[in-house]
Amino acid sequence: MRFGITARRSPAIATLMALSISLTACSSGSLGSSDDKKKLTLDFLVPTGPDSLPVGERLAKDFSASHPDIKVDVETRPGGGEGDNVVKTRLATGEMADVFLYNTGSLFQAIDPKKNLVPMTDEKWAGDLDDLFRPTASVNDQVYGAPAGSNMGGGVLYNRKVYADLDLEVPKTWDEFMANNAKIKDSGIAPVIQTYQETWTSQLFVLGDYHNVAAAEPGFAKKYTANDVKYATSPAARRGFERLQDVHDSGYLNKGFASATYEQGLSMIGKGEGAHYPMLTNSISPVIEAVPAAKDDMGFFALPGEDAAKNGLTAWAPAAAYVPKSTEGEKLKAAKEFLAFIASPDGCKSLTKAQPPSGPYSVKGCELPADAPQAVKDTQRYFDDDAVTPALEFLSPVKGPALEQICIEVGSGIRSAPKGAQLYDKDVAKQAKQLGLKGW
Amino acid sequence: MTTTLGAPENRRARKQPTRTSRGRTRAGSAAIKGAYPFGFYLPAGVVYVTLFLVPTLAAFFFSLTRWTLFDYEFIGLDNFEQFLREAALLKGLTNTLIYAVVTSGMKVVLGLLLAVLLTSQIIGRGFLRSLVFFPVLVSTIGVGITFTALMHPSEGLINSSLSVLGVDGPAWLTDPTWALLSVALVDVWKGVGLATVIYIAGVVSIPREYYEAAEVDGAGPLAQFRNITLPLARPATVTVIILSLIGGLRTFDLIWTMTGGGPGFTSDVIASVIYKQYQAGFYGLSTAGNVVLFLLVSAIVVPLFWFLNRKEAEL
Repeated sequence: MRFGITARRSPAIATLMALSISLTACSSGSLGSSDDKKKLTLDFLVPTGPDSLPVGERLAKDFSASHPDIKVDVETRPGGGEGDNVVKTRLATGEMADVFLYNTGSLFQAIDPKKNLVPMTDEKWAGDLDDLFRPTASVNDQVYGAPAGSNMGGGVLYNRKVYADLDLEVPKTWDEFMANNAKIKDSGIAPVIQTYQETWTSQLFVLGDYHNVAAAEPGFAKKYTANDVKYATSPAARRGFERLQDVHDSGYLNKGFASATYEQGLSMIGKGEGAHYPMLTNSISPVIEAVPAAKDDMGFFALPGEDAAKNGLTAWAPAAAYVPKSTEGEKLKAAKEFLAFIASPDGCKSLTKAQPPSGPYSVKGCELPADAPQAVKDTQRYFDDDAVTPALEFLSPVKGPALEQICIEVGSGIRSAPKGAQLYDKDVAKQAKQLGLKGW
Repeated sequence: MTTTLGAPENRRARKQPTRTSRGRTRAGSAAIKGAYPFGFYLPAGVVYVTLFLVPTLAAFFFSLTRWTLFDYEFIGLDNFEQFLREAALLKGLTNTLIYAVVTSGMKVVLGLLLAVLLTSQIIGRGFLRSLVFFPVLVSTIGVGITFTALMHPSEGLINSSLSVLGVDGPAWLTDPTWALLSVALVDVWKGVGLATVIYIAGVVSIPREYYEAAEVDGAGPLAQFRNITLPLARPATVTVIILSLIGGLRTFDLIWTMTGGGPGFTSDVIASVIYKQYQAGFYGLSTAGNVVLFLLVSAIVVPLFWFLNRKEAEL
């Protein structure tokens, strides 16, 4: 499963967008100026939702401004699993837009890039991509995508004001984290926020723990892909499920966690009604949007493991823009120019304007804005210290679709951690078989 | 009484000529074939083949493949094996059966009682009848979203009303023991109108003479209900059971909007298990799941239909 902000209001925005786009299309068409004949139009398919649509619109606008002979029309699709099916169907029928935004990592591998996408390895910008991003949008050393966003960290969003009031320090081991939780609970604040109404938010304890897994068992991803190691039998990997059970059994979860929504979680952490919210760093700007006073109160740390010396961050690569094989001729040339713009410092500036970054950018020459929130600077620190491991889904195509439900069961005491890990292994085996991987 | 006694004989008598007429039809089939020119059948035939026959056959074929939409690989019955080993499936299967039995049972009981009430001499009968039917007309998704809000454990209207009475309501949709039942209750609320309408038709069609005769014999209202209304509304009961059982077995939209099969897998039904495979991009596997669902529904409904109709004939 993917992470992403699924916004309820997005259909309204999408309709508005579609309307305004069609209106602009009308007006420029009816003017009938001689420019129109030379003007090339690119279709750009982006997911709806507050973390993607503004990015697509902004990129389209800024690119057209610097390339007056090319017009970019933004087209929207649903996000989540439904969006996956839209992308796959359109690629399979050869009716994909000229350029489209899609995830990197295992979801990118699942759309058969070799068959469906135009490789970008020979473009100049391909050399400017950092080592963390590059493999997540590549198949056999061929790069296919330009990063349309900043890197994200998966860890714990915490309220610095609560920490200051209770005189706590940022934990580097799980024991320190639990000791902090005990003190926070005594002060009457919910130590850990969970929001199981939106199922995808439940997975951070397992997925965000991968840096710790890799630190304890180097080469885990490779063995995992080859079916040599499992969550239930690897002590390091199983810890993620055990910790999820830990926080529930200790009574550290917010009241009503089973029916709380993502938005409620954001506002709770912003207002300090909860101290920790295990989340991705792309939720930092939504928190500040929901509670503007929280800009300086939001901090971020990686999920603590057993060993303070090996403390580090699990990172997610941004989504990327791809060009399908169905784009040809003049359009292909224009599409390549568009990707070159996205993967340039100018593109990063455009991205920043659309949405405050949630971590460092993947393109050489791109800088974080100086006024970035504290939590984003906290994220940046892990990258500066080189204490970053990509999430497992970027290192292995193996990922079970039912992890969110299993995490909810473990996190609400319906199923025990070892049983949850076993069930996830079964789920994973199914996915690997469906992908036709060797050794499963 | 005479009509019911005479019924089997009539039936048998009617069957006789049918058999002979069928024989005649077979003999003169060439004549029937020529009744309409071929071109008359063509439009309906094309629609049927492209929209029904081809997809059905394709579904059976793709259920035997590993299918990514880009290409497919024939893997025999592996998908069925995988689907039947799916951990959530057993839970989904029992949940589906519980859901189907609970909803159709409650619809039968409530529907019949409401029908008796709404066929009596009650003030504003037409208005009350339409009121019962109203939820059937509302979109299922809308009902689901509304009740998700009403059933919220701390802020929902249901629990805040209960707390006024001093009752501590359960977390309807997030408590594993309640989730499935809560959705089933909403399903009954939404679907009982249809059952009531079917029963009203059934009850109204019972001749008044029986009631009058029973009254003369000194039967009270309860005896009348038990000995006249209940047995003579049997065709309606059969229809309600079959309809609501099929509806319950393939239920999806209400469960998906209200719990998404959650918390965890506790309110998963077969249809939501299948949908999750589709969502995950396992197209072959989810197609196999649909074939399984098709077989399951047929395996339950066909014998049931036969059984209920036989009983009806024997009456």
